Amino acid sequence: MKQKEFNFKDYIRNRYFPHIWCPGCGHGIVLGALLRAVHELGLEKNEIVVTSGIGCSSRISGYVDFHTLHTIHGRALAFATGVKLSKPSLKAIVPMGDGDALAIGGNHFIHAARRNIDITAIVMNNRIYGMTGGQFSPLSGSGKKATTAPYLTIDRAFDIVDLAKSAGATFVARSTVFHATESKDIIKKAITHKGFSVVEILTQCPTYYGRKNKEGDAIQMMEGFNTHTAKIGSKKLENNPNLIQRGIFVEDKTVPEYCEAYDQIIATAMKESL
Amino acid sequence: MHMIESGNVAAATGVKLARANVIAAYPITPQTPLTEKLSEFVAAGELAAEYIPVESEHSAMAVCIAASSAGARAFTATSANGLLYMNEQLHWAAGARLPIVMCVANRGIGAPWTVWNDHQDTISQRDGGWIQIYANDHQQIIDSVIKAFYLAQTVSIPVMVCYDGYILSHTYMPFEKPDQDQVDAFLPPFTPENMLDPDRPYNFNTVTLPDVRPDIHGQTAPGYMEIRHCLHQDMRGSIQVLEEIDKKFQAAFGRGGHPFVEPYKCEDADHVVVCMGSLSYHFRDVIDLLSQEGLKIGVMGVQLYRPFPEKAIVEALYQKKSIMVFEKALSYGNQGALYADIKSALYPCENRPEMKNFILGLGGREIKTSILVETVRNAVKHTAASDDHPMWVGLKCQE
Ligand SMILES: Cc1ncc(C[n+]2csc(CCOP(=O)(O)OP(=O)(O)O)c2C)c(N)n1
Ligand code: SF4
Ligand SMILES: [Mg+2]
Repeated sequence: MKQKEFNFKDYIRNRYFPHIWCPGCGHGIVLGALLRAVHELGLEKNEIVVTSGIGCSSRISGYVDFHTLHTIHGRALAFATGVKLSKPSLKAIVPMGDGDALAIGGNHFIHAARRNIDITAIVMNNRIYGMTGGQFSPLSGSGKKATTAPYLTIDRAFDIVDLAKSAGATFVARSTVFHATESKDIIKKAITHKGFSVVEILTQCPTYYGRKNKEGDAIQMMEGFNTHTAKIGSKKLENNPNLIQRGIFVEDKTVPEYCEAYDQIIATAMKESL
Repeated sequence: MHMIESGNVAAATGVKLARANVIAAYPITPQTPLTEKLSEFVAAGELAAEYIPVESEHSAMAVCIAASSAGARAFTATSANGLLYMNEQLHWAAGARLPIVMCVANRGIGAPWTVWNDHQDTISQRDGGWIQIYANDHQQIIDSVIKAFYLAQTVSIPVMVCYDGYILSHTYMPFEKPDQDQVDAFLPPFTPENMLDPDRPYNFNTVTLPDVRPDIHGQTAPGYMEIRHCLHQDMRGSIQVLEEIDKKFQAAFGRGGHPFVEPYKCEDADHVVVCMGSLSYHFRDVIDLLSQEGLKIGVMGVQLYRPFPEKAIVEALYQKKSIMVFEKALSYGNQGALYADIKSALYPCENRPEMKNFILGLGGREIKTSILVETVRNAVKHTAASDDHPMWVGLKCQE
């Protein structure tokens, strides 16, 4: 049977539109990639639970017509963990901002990765706290301007890929909103992967990060994502190894998934108590 | 100097004038512009302080606790869920007797999410051992911040300066900015007796036992209960300390004279409205309108909420016919917290006034002068004692 053509209106809640994002914000492209991924995977809307915290990025949970939980800042993964453990058949997807995921929510992030629970975390990294007006985040990196760093930041940034890898995530990837189709394909794989998946998507906040750091308008910022990144294994990367790498860095199917491991413990305990 | 600025900038200016040494904060609406302003002051070299942009409010208070323990004047600011996320550290700061000053731009608490104003955030923190001061306008914000540092370090208790989110934090108003040398002359340096110092090692806040016990020198050391009793006593004592500080402030700057409650047309009023924050100034219009109708009525803003200044409150209210307490917060399942406090303060009086409790403005619900006029007019007519269930003002789709 041929699949119905993609129409984003089938997947959104019309009543929540127009959205709150600024013109040129990259978050909408991530939303588009997510919806297309869900469509191409042929998932039922009822199979999906989108849990989010707080931030411009986290607004996604209001816009999508799945089961959704708009929770508190930094704790979306904790809520998603609860949902997943109580109903492992659901697909848990957590769109998060860089601040939500790695500042206030950094602890939940590493522990979700360590447990390898089957949740897909999509970190929409615009390197700034967009919603509260452009304060620097743990992803801004040094030498950047933000409302809390009028004379440049000195803190180094996390590398989300390295952090996720070393914390134990079993699927780790990176793309950008310039590479919308690539983002969609990666999200598809991440959702299908059984275990904790981290997809970092570089996205632009032209309103704060762009303006403060003179990175131009949304289009110029997006072009920057093209010039400054390269696919792993590509000639471009070979020629310039300093570029930010895109692609799938980890896809490990050997580590037990948390809910399954939990079920096994229950089975063992039941046997012993017989 | 005269300034026209937002309430958040008034607060930041007060912090700068008080020469805070360490500022740690995490952004949250509607507090954010305050700490952004401070980070600008620090980055521009206008304020010699460490600005530490932490990754959450819990850490912001933890930084203040560490800085204050090391003898620094520490400041932070937050709102709503940020304040709640600090909770563990808030109790710690009070128990450890650290004179931290914090501004809270009052905002309703999620769930459901709201970014608009009410008082539930700070009211829900009233029992943690922090002094709470509510400012009514921008002048009171800047003045209260400066006085708060003085009060905190004198009694070794942290102080929250609360002001209405958006209504005060984001609106522009004229206010007087004190001169730096005047503030320097007013505010004594912070020189704590016990502080973290490698040359004079101390144990801080170690585990206590239920009972007293001998310390390493064989002297009886207080147990948990004695230490907590001491906090309570000092909290009570801080009422008088605030009065003295306010007198000094008035002598230096010409403003003040009502550190606990601020009455308007209360003197020969039969009826008095009581509330906190900007609402008490809003109510002055209501009072003026109702006075024109011949009602003898006044409004009183409560500025010091913890410790509770019951003496000042009783003095102002005990001879009145009726008291109407309007609150932007409540103790769910009971009454407004301020109402309950005032009621208990008036309990020992003969001929207690009639009391009514109103809840309004939750989550930024608009408070219209016309509705207030009508509500008060009706309340005064119906003199029957309230059944102690608060009445809700401005509810729209009631079942
Ligand atoms: C406990 C708590 N602290 C602070 C906030 C205020 N706050 C809301 S969103 C946000 C940062 C959002 O940044 P990010 O996660 O990077 O998302 P973006 O807006 O950039 O997409 C902050 C600090 C809050 N809601 N709750
Ligand atoms: S502030 Fe930045 S992140 Fe938020 S909607 Fe605007 S562009 Fe997007
Ligand atoms: Mg961000």
